[in-house]
Amino acid sequence: MADVNRGNRPLSPHLQVYRPQLTSMSSIMVRLTGIALLGAAVFVVWWLLAAATSQAAFGGIDAFLRSWFGDLIMFGATWAVFYHVLGRLRHVLWDFGYCLEVETSERLAIGMFGLATLLALICAVAL
Amino acid sequence: MQFLTDRKRAQGLGSGRGGTHHHWQMMVTSMLLVVLGPLFVITFGLGLGGTYEEVLAYFARPLPALITILTLAVGIYHVMQETLVAVEDYVPGIAGKITMVVVTAFSYALIAAGIFAVARIAL
Repeated sequence: MADVNRGNRPLSPHLQVYRPQLTSMSSIMVRLTGIALLGAAVFVVWWLLAAATSQAAFGGIDAFLRSWFGDLIMFGATWAVFYHVLGRLRHVLWDFGYCLEVETSERLAIGMFGLATLLALICAVAL
Repeated sequence: MQFLTDRKRAQGLGSGRGGTHHHWQMMVTSMLLVVLGPLFVITFGLGLGGTYEEVLAYFARPLPALITILTLAVGIYHVMQETLVAVEDYVPGIAGKITMVVVTAFSYALIAAGIFAVARIAL
């Protein structure tokens, strides 16, 4: 029975017509950093595989990752790791039933941006 | 409307299948990565920057080798699941299915390559 009512179903607002908010933006960033980290993992594995292969293979990718552009990628990846970890931790808290209020979520979003930036800077200076 | 079949009506709107399992896996890997993520950033940061010999000696030690292998396995699996959901959301039809196969194959290949590399350095 294909009794479809397409007239008065509630529609979820689409990204393009939705006003940007702290909650939506911080959530989108979690997904983006997750996908970006799949790309960053390629460099890590490439570097390890080159180290396992030969000194010549290692030299090229090692020089690239230690250049200013490689530093930029590594800093971005470090920030993404911390942001994504904190963002996913927020998901775990939500799923256990905590911090579901909009204001709390927004405070956590600011905390995620701030703490990820702070931790990435500390790692960049220390390592 | 009378030409709409039951299958057509249901397709693409999601069903139970692996959803609960997928969600629980995301919860578990998220919690594991709260520990592994920062540990790996520090481990890899300490490893990067040495000479060829230093890097080989460093990743031959138990702790850097284990942290690297565990994070690559759990971390890449986690972002693979993350990417698959994004593909489900934004790439419709057969293109989406093929993209999901490619993402899955690529992710597992990356995990295998990473573990192989560390094992070869460490053993």
